[in-house]
Amino acid sequence: MEPQSKLLKINKNEYLAQQKSKLEDALDMGLTKNEYDLICKKIDKTPNITELGIFSAMFSEHCSYKSSKKWLKTLPTEAAHVIQGPGENAGVIDIGENLAAVFKIESHNHPSFIEPYQGSATGVGGILRDVFTMGARPIALMNALRFGAPNQPLTKHLVSGVVKGIGGYGNCIGIPTVGGETNFDKSYDGNILVNAMAVGLAKKDKIFYSAATGAGNPVIYVGAKTGRDGIHGATMASAEFTENSAEKRPTVQVGDPFTGKLLLEACLELMNTDAVLSIQDMGAAGLTSSSVEMASKGSLGMNLNLDLVPIREDEMSSYEIMLSESQERMLMILKPGSEEKAKLIFDKWDLDFAIIGEVTNTGRLILTKDGFEACNLPLKPLVEDAPEYNKPYEIKINTKVLKPSELKTNLTIMDILIKIFKNPNIASKKWIWEQYDSSVMGDTIFANGDSDASIVKIHGTEKKESYGKGIAITTDCTPRYVKSNPIIGGMQAVCEAARNIASSGAKPLAITNNLNFGNPDKKNVMGEIVGSLKGISEAASFLSTPIVSGNVSLYNETNGKSILPTPVIGMVGAIDEVENSLEISAKLDNVLIVLGQSHNFETGWIGCSIYQEIINKKYDGAPPPINLEDEKKVIEILLKLNEQKLLTAAHDISDGGLLTAVCEMLFKYSLGLDINLPNTLINCNSYDPLLQSWCFGEDQARIIIATKDINKVQLILKENDVDFFVLGQTDSSSNLNLKDIATISINEIRNINEKTIPSMMGDEH
Amino acid sequence: MRSGVVIFPGSNCDRDMIVALRQITGKTPIKIWHKENDFPNLDLIVVPGGFTFGDYLRCGALAARSPVISSIKNHISRGGTVLGVCNGFQILIEAKILPGSLIRNKKLLFTCRETTLEVQNCIKNPFLSGFKIGEYLKIPVAHNEGNYFAPKELLKQLKEEGRIALKYSKQNNSEKNYNPNGSSDDIAGILSTNGRVLGMMPHPERAINYLHGGTDGLKLLTNCVEQIIG
Repeated sequence: MEPQSKLLKINKNEYLAQQKSKLEDALDMGLTKNEYDLICKKIDKTPNITELGIFSAMFSEHCSYKSSKKWLKTLPTEAAHVIQGPGENAGVIDIGENLAAVFKIESHNHPSFIEPYQGSATGVGGILRDVFTMGARPIALMNALRFGAPNQPLTKHLVSGVVKGIGGYGNCIGIPTVGGETNFDKSYDGNILVNAMAVGLAKKDKIFYSAATGAGNPVIYVGAKTGRDGIHGATMASAEFTENSAEKRPTVQVGDPFTGKLLLEACLELMNTDAVLSIQDMGAAGLTSSSVEMASKGSLGMNLNLDLVPIREDEMSSYEIMLSESQERMLMILKPGSEEKAKLIFDKWDLDFAIIGEVTNTGRLILTKDGFEACNLPLKPLVEDAPEYNKPYEIKINTKVLKPSELKTNLTIMDILIKIFKNPNIASKKWIWEQYDSSVMGDTIFANGDSDASIVKIHGTEKKESYGKGIAITTDCTPRYVKSNPIIGGMQAVCEAARNIASSGAKPLAITNNLNFGNPDKKNVMGEIVGSLKGISEAASFLSTPIVSGNVSLYNETNGKSILPTPVIGMVGAIDEVENSLEISAKLDNVLIVLGQSHNFETGWIGCSIYQEIINKKYDGAPPPINLEDEKKVIEILLKLNEQKLLTAAHDISDGGLLTAVCEMLFKYSLGLDINLPNTLINCNSYDPLLQSWCFGEDQARIIIATKDINKVQLILKENDVDFFVLGQTDSSSNLNLKDIATISINEIRNINEKTIPSMMGDEH
Repeated sequence: MRSGVVIFPGSNCDRDMIVALRQITGKTPIKIWHKENDFPNLDLIVVPGGFTFGDYLRCGALAARSPVISSIKNHISRGGTVLGVCNGFQILIEAKILPGSLIRNKKLLFTCRETTLEVQNCIKNPFLSGFKIGEYLKIPVAHNEGNYFAPKELLKQLKEEGRIALKYSKQNNSEKNYNPNGSSDDIAGILSTNGRVLGMMPHPERAINYLHGGTDGLKLLTNCVEQIIG
């Protein structure tokens, strides 16, 4: 069909350049009236449609963090080991030996719900670009996934598609996916969460930043061509003028991991020369956010000729080119004179390379298309005048403390364990993990639940006496705790992450966070945001694990129903000698010891626990309290014991409590254990709520360690005044015995643990 | 010992193979870009794993048309040794250097896990001649299209000619899914008629360290290097 633009008799881009926007256009693009008035005032003119599109992208929640900025500013972001905090493509920390770890987590929630394969694949692709833009070679991928109820009809389809998409991108580009978490709750039925995290490695003195430098320097576009995919609001803008019929393309971007791999290799090859002055990935809001951010961070300006942008489709307008979110593209400022050398590298990798403009000192973004000035905007208002809202909030806190005696049940301890491991939130995710290539690059030490944190060896740090350094990575969040008490929930996510890093033998260092919430215009949702950030801040600063990067995803709701508040913490740690890292599996004749104690020593905290949900069919009450002193003490003593090579395994106690953790430690080698009970519980029967709460309570600040040297360990624990409880010594019986009260077959439970997810997915061989 | 690792756009196990060969030989293998067909005589050429050309069209199909393939064929006709791993195996098949085909895994899912391989009674070859028949090797796989398929006559021929090098094995346990992809006769790797070319799905270069993946891959590669050096 003849594009309608031809019928207009004037050039589409001439029309776009001259046509002034109206308030309705702004409202269609998601701006408010106040924001539109502010824009007109700050730029001292009525913007045209392209200019307004650029403003709407820069003022979007995604780019401007307008609802959360006020609170994000309160996060602790500094420490001696922080090289780059929030504000760049990814956070950077010093890990010694002139090396830096570069990492970030980002959400791709909405696209993954609409199109699970492409949505999650591009989520992985995007986060990888964020990392290698900084000059780092990505060495590991993680993901935090939340799906709806297992029996909800869409869940199976979404799990299957998202897992395939994550694997599809990571496997192809050749970065190992080493772990993460997958959970299910009905609140995600209509709005799943797909958070992808990437960690890269760079030389400390070879980090690349995005701030443009030097007026007159060339601006280079590299990577894939620009198409019409991912243009938010393209339809409404088109309706105003030309091709209203032409394009109703899905707004989900399409990923090409093969091009991603070529772009990764080409960029790293070019970064090995001295040609690159600054570089920025074209992620959300594509060419708009990359050009605006590069120019404004350098306090400079930029002139771009959009006719020179490599395009995939005919007759793309200035608006479409600026707002496209086509994948696998980068914008770079090169040292003048190095263009030829750079082009050769991109030619070798069969990627587009185009000089599309130059850096200026005007402080303005000036774009031309078809000889018409498509945009002429001052950069300052685009970045600095983005609104910052102080939305009303109310932090709702459930203070009801549930007592074990309030939960009456006719379930035995064995019945409950079976139910726990039949719960897809606890059960082994092996079915999922096997679809990810976790061993490519040859450096993966522990992946996918082998250890509480995934461990990747740092290539090139091998020494005569050691295999070298390792990076430990985990993602954590317990949304039901956050819902019940946002402050405690935020603290708990940080503490559990730190405990997981420590349980792998590594020192917790820094955080990237992915804040997934509902609609911030609702007081209680805003309260969840404010409360959990408060908790995260407090715990992160206490544990000296600053937040160095992150992402905010709001409006996660369907038909007015919000998701559970899910502030995911991605934490990175380091271990000097990777052979000292710890798996969760105990070995034969190890003594298991719980470090830390439950809140009153003899029973367990059941509010908001998996156990309580099994008995009551819902979560209720206050979540387990957090004592930061205790958390720190447990982490420090564990690292101290491990430094002295006294430990053989470690596992933090979280969902499902103590007995669940013990089972998980016994699975791999089919071990047994006669477990010691506190004196007050010896005479209980299997139905006793006090005993059950001891088994399944979710008190925090506890880690189970395994040792061959109980005497030495006990001595050190006493010297350091650490609470502990000796559980007993592993044997080859494959039975977990609670005195005469219960005998649990480890093989039976393990079987259930491994069958739950395959059976949910209809894959029972 | 002069070795080379071929790199195509989308290869992603090239570095791992280079690390493994360097660890064994003490020398860094040369990197051979897929457009090259002029490189020095080598004792061993490895076609590593990855997703060459994004696996578009068919795994290995586009790579099998790269200029480097004719040089590899020349190397083979001179009696040279070639190892193809995973996507490298797929490329050797698409280039008709090895027979049969590699189709989607039976479950239609990518699978990454350790497998137990059993050394078969096979013709003299530099890859396995230091091993005992029936010896088990633990080496991981990671692939989507590793299901070796061949017509009955070809399977019979391969068997008779002793060209089945490695099979997936359940060893002593009763693991139902010991074969990760549903391949015919549990085949994990096959040899050329002269025994100098081995294509295998499992990744020996990912099993070279006791901390991860074990060291059976190192054993296989070391054996290969030692046999070539003589």
